Amino acid sequence: MPHRQEIRFLLNDRPVTLTTVGASDMLLDHLRLDQRLRGTKEGCAEGDCGACTVLVGRIGGDGLAYDPVNACIRPLASCDGCHVVTIEHLRGHDGALHPVQQAIIDHHGSQCGFCTPGFVMALYALWMHNPHPSEDELDRALQGNLCRCTGYAPIIRAGLAMGSYGTSDPLIGERAQVERTLRNWHDGARVDVAKGGSRAILPANTDDLAHILAQHPDARIIAGATDVGLWVTKFLRDVPLAVLIGHLDELRDIQDTGDALHLGAMVSYAQAHAPLCQHFPHMGRYWDRIAGWQVRAMGTLGGNIANGSPIGDTPPAFIALGARLVLRCAAGRREIPLEAYFLDYGKQDLRAGEFVEKIILPKAAPNTLHAAYKISKRRDEDISAVAAGFSVTVEGGMITSARAAFGGMAATPKRASHAEAALTNQPFTMASFQRAASTLPQDFTPLSDMRASAEYRMRAAQNLFTRFWLEANGTPATLEDAV
Amino acid sequence: MKDTPRIDGAAHHDTPHDSAIKHVTGRAEYTDDIAEPADCLHAYIGTAGIAHGHITTLDLDAVRRAPGVVAVLTAHDIPGRNDISPSGLKDEPIFTTDLVQFHGQPVFAVVATTRDLARRACQLARIEYAPLPHACDIDAAEHAAYPDVTAPLTLERGQVGPALDSAPHRIQGRMRVGGQDHMYLEGQIALAIPGEDDEVSLFASTQHPSEAQHMVAHALGVPANAVVVNVRRMGGGFGGKETQMNLFCAIAALAAKQLGRAVKLRPDRDQDMEITGKRHDFRIDYDVGFDDHGRILAVDGVFAARCGWSSDLSGPVTDRALFHADNAYFYPDVRLKSRPIKTNTVSNTAFRGFGGPQGVIAAERMIEEIAYALGRDPLEVRRANFYRDGADVTPYHQTVEDNILLRLVGDLEQSCDYQARRRAVLDWNAKGGIIRKGIALTPVKFGISFTATWYNQAGALVHVYNDGSIQLNHGGTEMGQGLYTKVAQVVAEAFGVDIARIKITKTTTEKVPNTSATAASSGSDLNGMAALDACTQIKTRLVDFAATHWGVAPDTVHFLPGRVAVGAQVMTFAELVHAAYMARIQLSAAGYYKTPEIHWDRAKGRGQPFYYYAYGAACAEVSIDTLTGETRVDRADVLHDVGRSLNPALDIGQVEGAFVQGMGWLTSEELVWDDKGRLRTHAPSTYKIPLASDRPRIFNVRLAEWSENVKPTIKRSKAVGEPPFMLPISVFEAIGMAVASVADYRICPRLDAPATPERVLMAVDRLRALS
Repeated sequence: MPHRQEIRFLLNDRPVTLTTVGASDMLLDHLRLDQRLRGTKEGCAEGDCGACTVLVGRIGGDGLAYDPVNACIRPLASCDGCHVVTIEHLRGHDGALHPVQQAIIDHHGSQCGFCTPGFVMALYALWMHNPHPSEDELDRALQGNLCRCTGYAPIIRAGLAMGSYGTSDPLIGERAQVERTLRNWHDGARVDVAKGGSRAILPANTDDLAHILAQHPDARIIAGATDVGLWVTKFLRDVPLAVLIGHLDELRDIQDTGDALHLGAMVSYAQAHAPLCQHFPHMGRYWDRIAGWQVRAMGTLGGNIANGSPIGDTPPAFIALGARLVLRCAAGRREIPLEAYFLDYGKQDLRAGEFVEKIILPKAAPNTLHAAYKISKRRDEDISAVAAGFSVTVEGGMITSARAAFGGMAATPKRASHAEAALTNQPFTMASFQRAASTLPQDFTPLSDMRASAEYRMRAAQNLFTRFWLEANGTPATLEDAV
Repeated sequence: MKDTPRIDGAAHHDTPHDSAIKHVTGRAEYTDDIAEPADCLHAYIGTAGIAHGHITTLDLDAVRRAPGVVAVLTAHDIPGRNDISPSGLKDEPIFTTDLVQFHGQPVFAVVATTRDLARRACQLARIEYAPLPHACDIDAAEHAAYPDVTAPLTLERGQVGPALDSAPHRIQGRMRVGGQDHMYLEGQIALAIPGEDDEVSLFASTQHPSEAQHMVAHALGVPANAVVVNVRRMGGGFGGKETQMNLFCAIAALAAKQLGRAVKLRPDRDQDMEITGKRHDFRIDYDVGFDDHGRILAVDGVFAARCGWSSDLSGPVTDRALFHADNAYFYPDVRLKSRPIKTNTVSNTAFRGFGGPQGVIAAERMIEEIAYALGRDPLEVRRANFYRDGADVTPYHQTVEDNILLRLVGDLEQSCDYQARRRAVLDWNAKGGIIRKGIALTPVKFGISFTATWYNQAGALVHVYNDGSIQLNHGGTEMGQGLYTKVAQVVAEAFGVDIARIKITKTTTEKVPNTSATAASSGSDLNGMAALDACTQIKTRLVDFAATHWGVAPDTVHFLPGRVAVGAQVMTFAELVHAAYMARIQLSAAGYYKTPEIHWDRAKGRGQPFYYYAYGAACAEVSIDTLTGETRVDRADVLHDVGRSLNPALDIGQVEGAFVQGMGWLTSEELVWDDKGRLRTHAPSTYKIPLASDRPRIFNVRLAEWSENVKPTIKRSKAVGEPPFMLPISVFEAIGMAVASVADYRICPRLDAPATPERVLMAVDRLRALS
């Protein structure tokens, strides 16, 4: 297998080759400090404000596709083989403004202007595949962009109008050339680069990954970097050796086996949306409340699970569905129930040299009702105060099986065993759900923090049993359903 | 009319923001985007890790030895005064030497070859402390008998004690209103470039270049004339860059002068939020007496504010809370007291509204109390208490002469169909479902002028070059509000030229001296008038010249759109200017303006602190989830008064933006300090400002086109920056109504702000338990 000791990517219209790149070098600093492209702004350096939004294009199963990403927490090394597009590239060669830019000007969509390049890039990413979005689609596309001046109204008006400004666009004209360049670069090599004491390896494939981890069991695996990125930008933590795996197509595979949905660990939130909604329609609304578009494009299912956070959004919903986790190392694979992976705070059932390979979601048993709920201080792009998943099978008016899992309520994502027991073999009535809710303090002793008090977490979690029962019986019990 | 020639960018037109193209293309330069001088160094601030105590050991050896470090600065490196207190109370050291007064207080700074190395080196400091007990909130500070950071204010009229005693109804209550971080998207930043002798030049993100200039001069021990502060634009300010950047400017300048190299200082978002001040949170105790019709008879209020460790602007902020504790309502007998209390937290500062919102929300809470007590629509109670003839004197003895609220509120009530929608909300709630609704229509009256009367002055410098191009400079700063555009419109119209002919230049202390902060919504009022004065001077010279040169009467010289009429002749502006230049006419002028009529005697609590009032009203409808406390704003209708708008598009932008920012203050934005005095919400991951999806689902914003300022302000316009910030109190009150529905509206919900899902759910549970 070839080894390469440089990364190469397209930056706007020119190739960039870098030999000195560490694991903790981020794309934004490279753009602003090394390339002196200063249209891309740093607002928070943690992937929450979107001021640094750029597009990253890569060749995937469907050819060349561009995602909006937060450059502040995008490891530079992970841009190998990609096309990075910044705000500077958006103006046409004749100097004409892009339709998205003109729409924002015409609708007075900028005030201080600092967030504006990020909004332009996010809207541009939307415009590419949906030039005539609805207000809801705009809201979702802009969940990862903060503006403190405009109140968003003029930006939304610009977004609604952007489809009527023509189709002049640099990436359309260059597409074939870009695709050729990226394909030519695809050499199947392991990439190994370093700067100072920080080294980044991009395995050639999953076998290579297993091999590398066997050799370097202490290596830090980085998937979408939406968590590890903050260790670097916020805590200045050293990353001596990182293995970047977001580019591994084998881990991005999605398979329907008939009785289950198999999701590769590197499937992003964005990529998972359609298959999840198809097989588990209740997940759609929940999914739309996970992070913003940029983080949904970067963050991966495997990363969300593997890092063991007690407030990750996917585990409660997946545990309720009976998810299983496939863990792999050089010696082979093993499969465990997802809930068994979370041993304690910061402690997971992940052995030396192992990595999360895929998540298996069994299809629902007949007569099963599902729900996934998230409660947060701000509705969108916020970390859960409480997240919950329910799966309840009802036959002949009796609950024959029940799974309920919660996040934000304990040191790990966890099933509500007492509540599940209280529901099982009970009549499918409000009273059964209220009894089950009353057992929650036996399963959970939540904490108070800046997101919510312990009292609120418990109270709201208990009330979700009521919401579940009401919704199962056709009574609207959420803001979205009440009209 | 259609064929009347018009200039591009005239006053009262929807001219786009002057930097709009640069914004959308990423070419607008903010301070961090300026190409650094060669060998530019980077500074970073090292801070204290306790909330209160003495430093016993400050060991910076490892910091000095760290890679890339060029210098480490402490208080001992300050040649001038170690103080940047804007209040003049000398209570705000740049670096503390001994006493730590809040978690995150600056102790030293590192200067290194890169920002990354400077940040890393900061972490190597070894600081030991002898901790003291700390008091981080109002209750704890009161319990520990902490002092006020500055003298409190009392506003009093009539005899409040007897009036309360004799009132048919009387309610006493307490309300807590949370603070707010500015969360400007561009954080604090300063770039200092040393000059020869004692000179230093700074580029900074500041709303108050003159103050930064003076603070830097004091710290360096040099006269103000040695320091130049420049700012082309800010990535948002909202009050957070009125005094807070003094620290960053002072440190960057100290380092630059000591090392003889350019130095840039930019904290990361977390440090920015940990060491810069925020909106004051308040604890308001009120005692209100009223009659059977809901008319207020007497109000006694105490407004305690968490001021933080130093005075900063807490005096004028808490003063303004009292000035607005009446909002739109006449209080026959009244006593209002402020308590600007010291705490071991960051020193709170200016934020859009400057204490006014905390006063207004207290007035609206009292209206709610009365309405729920009497079982009335709060709008009726509001209307019954509006200032009116014979009941038009404020608690500070200024007479309200320009009140338009009756018309404004009536107009909005009709256009938003308030009455029918309120009935529909009541019907919806009567069904008793999980999702409850609320609707509220609230007014705003906001006093315009700095209450520090001497701040109400401004200067401008207008140059006309002999090719007919114009350069405009004034003391106001551009933070996104569109001030530069509005002032340029005034100048364009004065000369009858297209706005494109005017080059708007950065704000700099070397063009206009002794400027006031761009704050108190006053930017266009003050700088527009100063620029107009400069234009008028130049035009007067041009008219005199033209009349003499072409032998016509001065009153036949007219600056028309795109041309100048001189008697029967018509020429271009450039032709006139060139002829004037050849005749040695001065084509440059310094303009000046000071607001007339205002005066204020703080000791007596009497005067006319405000030149005029700006008004507005909003109606909000919300839904709440009584299982989780989550809320959604279904609709908001706004009617706002900006007099004759200088630029309706920009003004609507201010109103929409203020509304959503105010919604954030009252719903999702919550500041949390832990028991060690550490701020736990110090970045957007933990501090949640509104997103696009939080804006009202239906959002109708109108300007009151029929309004015109009764005072001769610039083009009869009114200030717009702050007044609309209080409009979303309608959202807060609507949430309160939805909560109150669970107890059949018999109990005042007494929500504290912000109404997070947690507070809403707990209020629902509390009201259910009480009913």
